[in-house]
Amino acid sequence: MIKYTVKAAILLALINLTGCSSLSIKPWVKPYERQNLADPIMSASRHPIASMHVAHVLDGREAARGAEGGEGGGCGCN
Amino acid sequence: MAAKQRVVQKVEKVVVVAVTKFKKILVLKTRSLSMTLRLAVRLVASLLLSLAVSVTSIQAAVLDKDRVDVLYHSYEGGGMKIDGPSILLRKKATESVAVTAYYYLDSISSASVDVLSTASAYTEERNEGQLGIEYLRDKTLMSFNLRQSDEDDYFAQSFSVNVSQDTFGDLTNLSMGLSYGDNDIKRNGDDIFEEESQQYRLRAGINQILTRNLTASLNIEAIADDGYLNNPYRTVRYIDNSIPSGVGYQSEIYPQTRNSFATKLSASYYLPYRAALFLHYRYFSDSWEIKANDIEVGYRHPFGDTFELELKLRYYQQSAANFYSDLYPYKDAQNYLARDKELSDFDNMTIGIGITYSIPDSLSYGHSRSEASLQWDYIDFNYNNFRNPMDEGGVGNESLYGFSANVIRAFYSIYF
Repeated sequence: MIKYTVKAAILLALINLTGCSSLSIKPWVKPYERQNLADPIMSASRHPIASMHVAHVLDGREAARGAEGGEGGGCGCN
Repeated sequence: MAAKQRVVQKVEKVVVVAVTKFKKILVLKTRSLSMTLRLAVRLVASLLLSLAVSVTSIQAAVLDKDRVDVLYHSYEGGGMKIDGPSILLRKKATESVAVTAYYYLDSISSASVDVLSTASAYTEERNEGQLGIEYLRDKTLMSFNLRQSDEDDYFAQSFSVNVSQDTFGDLTNLSMGLSYGDNDIKRNGDDIFEEESQQYRLRAGINQILTRNLTASLNIEAIADDGYLNNPYRTVRYIDNSIPSGVGYQSEIYPQTRNSFATKLSASYYLPYRAALFLHYRYFSDSWEIKANDIEVGYRHPFGDTFELELKLRYYQQSAANFYSDLYPYKDAQNYLARDKELSDFDNMTIGIGITYSIPDSLSYGHSRSEASLQWDYIDFNYNNFRNPMDEGGVGNESLYGFSANVIRAFYSIYF
């Protein structure tokens, strides 16, 4: 099984190396057009310590969990 | 320069070894899980390895800035009062390596409806610590995080590995990660009681720049739990006409496994007058037949360079677990029993407001840029099949339970 995993890893690394250069679609928003997106007000992680608290408060009170976009790792509360 | 390269090579080696070891541990630990999940674990482990060994050097990304955040948090609602401090430190060791440290304390005073109906109020503390390392190689960001949480009756340890990669002219960011957590559960006042549970997480995400003002992201995560998943203190109630109160109580019994899957779609939009609009939607389902939806709209509006206002509106709704009941017809009515209100059919609505003040450099510590923020969330919970046993009306006819909570965060951030 390890052999297959390594083979898959090499294959994926090769795909990764070639990147998207073979695709006909080109990146349509140029780096110099991204100043609005780079504005700190657009940052999803503007206040990371507050986001961690919000996630913790909800984790103990709702059954839904996961896909928050952060690292996750569980609540550890009962 | 040579020394820096050696450090970078060493860190890279450590990360690759950690990823490999983690993969081995997961392969061993997931034998009891389904075949699909095991295949998924191997696939993600392969992807992590492939990203770790690939080199895509055109234009290097940069690590986030160094910062310290100090926070006081408070939660008050439903008979519970929880507060305490928290601190988050982030520091670059080199241009490609950053370390993070996090500490969090919950000081809990509980007299919730569950506690008052069957036990007495209590106080306790929960300490949490996290240590993380991030390694940036060209456009690939790898991170490794350790976490520990400690209470009198609950000890949790977990670690997670995450990899993200900028691609397609940096318009697209792909990410994936794994976590493994181990929990030891005890029951205060019962020295014999000792249980444990494990949690496995697999996640992936894509973040895409769509226009010069719009980005969107899609995140998915599968979580599998194995072991003792009950709350050891909670009980279910059942009709018992042999006693004067007409209601008996017995311990909850949860299944030993739980598998869940969540999908979240997010969008961020830059408004023409310099403000930001955020939209999130998540769909969740699990093997206990709970289905949940949540939708959130956020708005961030700066006033000059000094103030920033944040507004939030969130709605959450879930269906009940298939073994949940507020009142069972008799004792041992089912194989699995739960009356945990978090597993009932309910919804909640959050209204949030926050303000951030940029402190002038001349007043900041060491002339670093710093900010002071205050956030307040008001959450209103409505339960559709969980009744308050202390209410009038007779067994099974009490009013449906509901409560509201105020959540406050006051924090100070220094960037240096």
